[in-house]
Parts: sequence; structure tokens; C-alpha cells
Amino acid sequence: MSSKHNGVFKQIIVLLLALLGALLVGALFLILAKSDPIKAYGVMFSGPLGDKFGITETLVRTVPLLLVGLGIVISFRSGIINIGAEGQILAGAIGATAVGTSLSDVPAMILLPAVFVAGGACGAIWGGIAGWLKARLSVNEILSTVMLNQIALQLYLFLIRGPLIDPKEVSYGTGVPQTALIPEQIWLSRLVPGTRIHSGLIFALVLAVLVYIFLWKTSRGYRLRAVGAGSEAARYAGIKVEWYLVLAMAMAGGMAGLAGVVEVTGVHHRSLEGLSAGYGFSGIVAALFGRLHPLGTIPASILFGALLVGADMMQRAVNIPAAMIMVIQGLVVLFVVSSDYFLRNPDSIVKLKAKFLGQKWIGEVGSKWKDS
Amino acid sequence: MVEKIKQLEMSGITKRFPGVLSNNRVNIQLEAGEVLAILGENGAGKTTLMNILYGLYQPDAGEILLNGKQVRINSPSEAIELGIGMVHQHFMLVPTLTVCENVILGLSKRFFVDLKTAAKRIKEITDRYGLAINPDAFVWQLSVGEQQRVEIIKALYRGANLLILDEPTAVLTPQESNELILLLKNMAQQGNSIILISHKLNEVMALSDRVTVLRDGVVCANVKTQETTQEELAKLMVGREMAPCRREGKYSPGKIVLDLQQVHAKGDKGSEALAGVSLQIKENEILGIAGVSGNGQKELAEVIAGLRKLSSGNIFLNGQDSTNMSPAEIIEQGLGYIPEDRIHVGTIPSFSIWENLILKDHHRSPFAKYSLLQNRKIMSHSSSQVEKYGIKTPDLETPTARLSGGNIQRVVLAREITRNPVALIAAYPTRGLDIGATEYLHSKLLEARSNGVGILLISEDLEELTSICDNIAVLYEGKIMKVIPVEQADERTMGLLMAGIAQDSQFLN
Repeated sequence: MSSKHNGVFKQIIVLLLALLGALLVGALFLILAKSDPIKAYGVMFSGPLGDKFGITETLVRTVPLLLVGLGIVISFRSGIINIGAEGQILAGAIGATAVGTSLSDVPAMILLPAVFVAGGACGAIWGGIAGWLKARLSVNEILSTVMLNQIALQLYLFLIRGPLIDPKEVSYGTGVPQTALIPEQIWLSRLVPGTRIHSGLIFALVLAVLVYIFLWKTSRGYRLRAVGAGSEAARYAGIKVEWYLVLAMAMAGGMAGLAGVVEVTGVHHRSLEGLSAGYGFSGIVAALFGRLHPLGTIPASILFGALLVGADMMQRAVNIPAAMIMVIQGLVVLFVVSSDYFLRNPDSIVKLKAKFLGQKWIGEVGSKWKDS
Repeated sequence: MVEKIKQLEMSGITKRFPGVLSNNRVNIQLEAGEVLAILGENGAGKTTLMNILYGLYQPDAGEILLNGKQVRINSPSEAIELGIGMVHQHFMLVPTLTVCENVILGLSKRFFVDLKTAAKRIKEITDRYGLAINPDAFVWQLSVGEQQRVEIIKALYRGANLLILDEPTAVLTPQESNELILLLKNMAQQGNSIILISHKLNEVMALSDRVTVLRDGVVCANVKTQETTQEELAKLMVGREMAPCRREGKYSPGKIVLDLQQVHAKGDKGSEALAGVSLQIKENEILGIAGVSGNGQKELAEVIAGLRKLSSGNIFLNGQDSTNMSPAEIIEQGLGYIPEDRIHVGTIPSFSIWENLILKDHHRSPFAKYSLLQNRKIMSHSSSQVEKYGIKTPDLETPTARLSGGNIQRVVLAREITRNPVALIAAYPTRGLDIGATEYLHSKLLEARSNGVGILLISEDLEELTSICDNIAVLYEGKIMKVIPVEQADERTMGLLMAGIAQDSQFLN
């Protein structure tokens, strides 16, 4: 048991070192952008954690990150690299909005679940397409999900500008591309009055626990993981690998779709341009940072939520482009993915230490051995 | 020029991996011109020790002395600079390049490659040691034995005068093994040092000057080859007396459990791999499939397991037509299958032992209830399996990737036999296993046979086939040449059949 705890401890240390490395390299870019990295990072870290506003805004962003991240955990664990969350979020959002606005007379008790189901289903179908293409026609899922993102985005823009545009926008002649508001009775309740944090957070946290139970405690979850970790062995064991690829993508898409639903019901109350704000990609980072574990994805999502809020604040306070945070996020991905090497090869850490600390270190370890 | 290695000493080498002490204060010595065999079962720490010498691992303690001077070897390239070369069990060659190109791969620092000079130097080396090989041949054209020679040339070309060979004969035919032994002897006579990692006693006896026996990471003997015997080495290596497994009891087959009728199937490359195979396997019978691998063995096993489609023919499992059943239905009908690739097909390497033990039953009672995995039932089942089948592991959560080959096979065997199959396919089940593990597997197969299981044993090892099978079928180019009772299966008969020559053929008199 203690060795297991040691392992987790080591993982956390390595991850934090990776984060530190990313921020150090990011500092170089900040200097290139002619801003003071210390001040910038100062704002970035103190801002999101500094006050009620910072904390609640961090949590507002945590919700979609976590939901997307959970889907990523499911798909990556099943051996599918799903880059399509961005499109799946939009599919979920527009599905939820369409049901919400067209059935506005239905009581909330029925309408709210219906909106969630509709949004989740739209995301699931959008993800399922890529899964089906892979299972049936061996289409590389990275290519198909990226392309499906493009299609989803254009379709979404078409819908909020055309068929689903708010009738008021048409009658006033302003023509802002957004749908009508969904009925107020299905707006998610605010957890802290005066802030934007909504009950979607609880929903996402519960879902994280459910995904954990699903993947590790149920036979279907076992099958998904078996397909991901050893598809040949899974086939040998009688598991219908193709079917589980589709299921994994549909579940991943469903989770991303739900992220779209909570953004609509919890934050914007309609579908509008720029709804997803890159959560589809940041969610991948959060899932990877959470070591592809549903519960690990919770703190990772909070961290990246804070990074996003911090970036906004940094942009305002230090006057650097928001694109900078994309750079830093990209660096974090590279560092985290690379740091995996050190966890997989314990020997590499020894070698690294030997390189920097020289022969002496090996000698010390040797004498420790003799003592014990 | 590299300084010639006159003497190597590794002393007090200790290497710990999570949960295993792989090497515990191991000492070895080696002089120029000497062949040292490092003998030990799988998991005894032989390969770890050699990987330390070759710079792939760092020892936790201990030192390496070359010609009396302490050295630190941080990487294989540093090992090569010191004159140490290694020939791995799995060759590291590029099939689409020529021998010459493979040998100089990674060496040339200039933009253009000087193949002519390289070819000349290769010829010098091959002439000196009698390594017959054409430098312009493409590697894919070469036999396995020839490819191994390319690996040796690669090491010599880089100036190695201490060669480490990891289980070099595992992939060779008996003839090729004999050639290799002669070659290595010749190399040693010319002043090179050779370390041979092996668990095959006969080649250790034939080739080495001294033997260091490792058991559980500890040196348990260091003897002159002339002063010992195979029996003594076997005892030292395994730690107890060995009694080879033999078929016992009369051959009294029951009803047919697996019936193949005119089975045709295509191989991975689209050509016909099975060309009309008809076979019957009965209860209480072990039917061996002999033959050089690549003659349809893999396809035969996969077709029966439902993992490959038949192009025509029928298969009946336990009286039911299983020709078009899914793998899951075939498992349900009572087929057990120990696949050729035990690491990636038989198990999921990153899954824990308990997860691998329930691979085929994770959705069934008592391991799952309302689709929820029943942890307590699974764990008690797994720990009793680990005990019953002697799986060496720190705990049930250990991924099977961390187990030795023999222990992985025990996991597969435990799972497949415990499912009480009607018929069991075992494809090359002892390939790469040491004596202890092989003996254990044979005893388990024989036990299953006496419990009524019909077993199809695919193997290249004639000794294995003749010691435990009741009947042996010889597979050649996708056809069964003949099925012969084991009593009539002498080496000559089998050899001819395996080469595709039927005995009653008119060409033989």
C-alpha cells in the first residue's frame, strides 16, 4: 500500500516539475512579448485565487473542462485519440438550445432533463460518427474528429445565424448571431449569489465519480479499458472491439455534449458565437494532466480553469495578448506528455541524477545498499 | 583503436526493480579467449546483469572493472566504445537494407556513405572468422541464422572483442545452432571473450569454458564446464531434482471434441494459408501439430478460435457447428486457447494480474453482478490462482508486463485451464520458457488430458511433441501431410514430412 502512495506522490512531483518547466519556457515567450514574466505570472496566479470573483470564475470554467476531460479519459482509455470535443460541445449546445427554446411551455421538471438528454445525445452522435468510421472503415480518428470539428462549427454558425436565430434579433434588425434565450425555469441555479458559478459544477463532480465507477468497477468499463490497453487480447477474449470503439466515442462525445449543455443552461442561457472558447482542446490537456483518471481530472480541471481566468486577468493587467495563454497551455501539454517518460522509465531518473550529480551519487547509493 | 579486453570483472552488482531484487551482489569474471555461460531460469536476472554491462541499466550498487580499471557504462554507445558488443534475442536489423548497409548503419558521420571500404572491412571480418555471408544481400532474403550472423558482424565491425549473446539459439534450427557454436568457439580461440546467456544445458556444455549459475538474482555456482554435468547444472539452476515429464497412462480417447473438415483459410498476406485441413481431436487426447512455423500453424489456431474467417470448410466444436460463431460464442462453447503471443494476445500487459485472470469471465457470475465487478470474489479467486499455479509476483495489482515470460504463461494457463475447456489449443506454449516452466506446463497439459480435455498442441520442438502427444500431425504448406501415432514418430520420418516429402512418395526408395 505504501508503495502505491509513493507512486502517486512521485507522479504529483513529476507533474508539478513539468508544469514548472512549461512556465519557465513560457517566461521566455513573455519576455519576447516585452512583458515582465514575474509580474505576469504574479497576476496569473494570484488573480484566480485572490477573491470570491476569481475563485468562482475559476470554477465556472472548471465545469466544461471537467466534463470534456471525462470524455477524453473514456476515449483515450479505450485507445481512441479524440480531438473532436470542440465540435461535440457545439453539437450538445445547439441540441440543448433547440429543445429548450422550442418546448418552452413544458415544466422544468421534464424540460431540464430533456435538454440534458438532447444535448448529450447530439454530442454522442457527433462523437459516435468518428467511432463508427474508425471501427467500420478504419478511418484515423484524429483526422476524422478534427474534420468533424470544422463541420460542426460551420453547421453551428449556420444554425445560430439562420434557422435558430433569435426572432428578436430579426425584428430589431440587429442580427447578432445568437439564438433566443432558453426559458428561465431551466436556467441552472447559482451556487453563490452575485457570481456566475452554477449547479453544473455539482453535476460534473458527480459525473466524475460515476465515470470512475464505470471504468474501474463495471464489466463494461473493464471492456473499454481492455480494448484500449490491448485490442488484440480483447478480441481474443471475445470482446467485440469495434462496437466498443463506437461506444467509447459516443460516450466521449456525450460528455463533451453535456459540457455544451451546461454552458448553455448555466452560463449563457442561449447558443451564441464563441460558446466553446477552446474548452474542447483545454479539456484534453486537463485529462492528460489528470493522468487520464476521472478523479485526477478534477484538480487538473480546476488548475486549468484557474490558468484560463489568470490569463484573462494577466491580459488586462499586464497588457499581453491572450494568445499567450495558448502558448503556455501548449507548453504544458508538451511537458506533461514528455514527463511521462520519466514515470515509465524509473532508470532515467537515476541516470539524470547521475549525470548532474556525478559518480559520487551512485557511490552513495551503493553504500546505502551495503548498510541495509 | 579500442583497448583489447583482457579481463572483465563485475563485482557486487545489485539491481532492484519495484518489488524484485533482480541482481543481488552478483560477481562474474571473464578472461580473454574464454567463453562464460550465464545459466539461469527466466527471471533469474541474467538479462538484467547483461543489460547493466551493456549500459542499458545502471546498477544500484557494485562496480565493473575492465582490465583492472573501474569503468562506468552509461549507454550502449559507451559499451561499444569499450569493446563490448551485444547480440540481442530479437534482431535489430532493417530488412529492406543490405547486409553492408545494416552493418554501417548509424556509424557514418559523413553525408555520403562509403560502402566500398565498408564492404572490404566486412569481408576481412567474415574471412577471419569464417562467417559466410554476402554483404550485398538484402536482410529480408536471409534466413534467421544468417541474420544473426549479421548481428555478430555488426558488433565485430564496431570493434567488439567481448560479445554478449542473449539466448542466441532460441530462434535457430538445430543445424544452425551447431554452426553458431562452431563459429563462437573459433572466435574465442582467436582471443575474443564471449558471454553466453542461456538456459539450454546442451549448448552451455558444448560451448562454454566456465558456467556461472544465477538463481533468483544470486550467483549460486561458478564452475568449470569440464568439471560438471548437465544434471548437476539443471539441479543448480532449478534448485531441485528434475524429472522430465512423460505421457503416462494408456491412450484411451473419448468422443470427438473438435472436428475440422476441409478447412481453407487465407493468411494475412491474402495467400491461402490453410489448404484443406481435416483433423479430429478427441477427449483425453493430445494431438501435436508439428512443422516449421509459418506453414499455417498460426492460421489454424486462429480459425478454430474464431479470430480468422474460413474461406471454406467446417469446424465442429463439441458437436456444434462453430464455423461461423463469434470468438465469444466459441469461448462459450468450451474452447480454451493459449495463444502464440502470450504477451499481447494472451494477456494485456498493462493490466494487473487479477484483471488478466478474469479476461474471459469479467462479465460472468461470480465476477460480475448486475454488471458490477465483484471485487472480493475476484480477489479471492485470483489469489488462489496465483498460489495454485505458482505465479511469482509481489501482489495481485502488479501488471503482467512486469512478470517474466514463464509467469505470464502461468497466468494464461491458470485462466484457460480453470475455465474447464472441452478442447484446448496450445500454440507454442513453451517457446522461450526455461526447463522448470516447460516441465510445469507439460505437467498441466497432461493433467488436463487426463481430465478429459482434447488438446491441440502446436510446437516446433520435436522432443516436446514426442514426449507428451498421443498423435502427431505434420503441417506443411497449409496441408496435413500425415497423422502418425507418437510411437512411430522418429526423427527421420518427422523431418521428411516437415520438409513436405511424403514417405510413400515415388521419389523415395
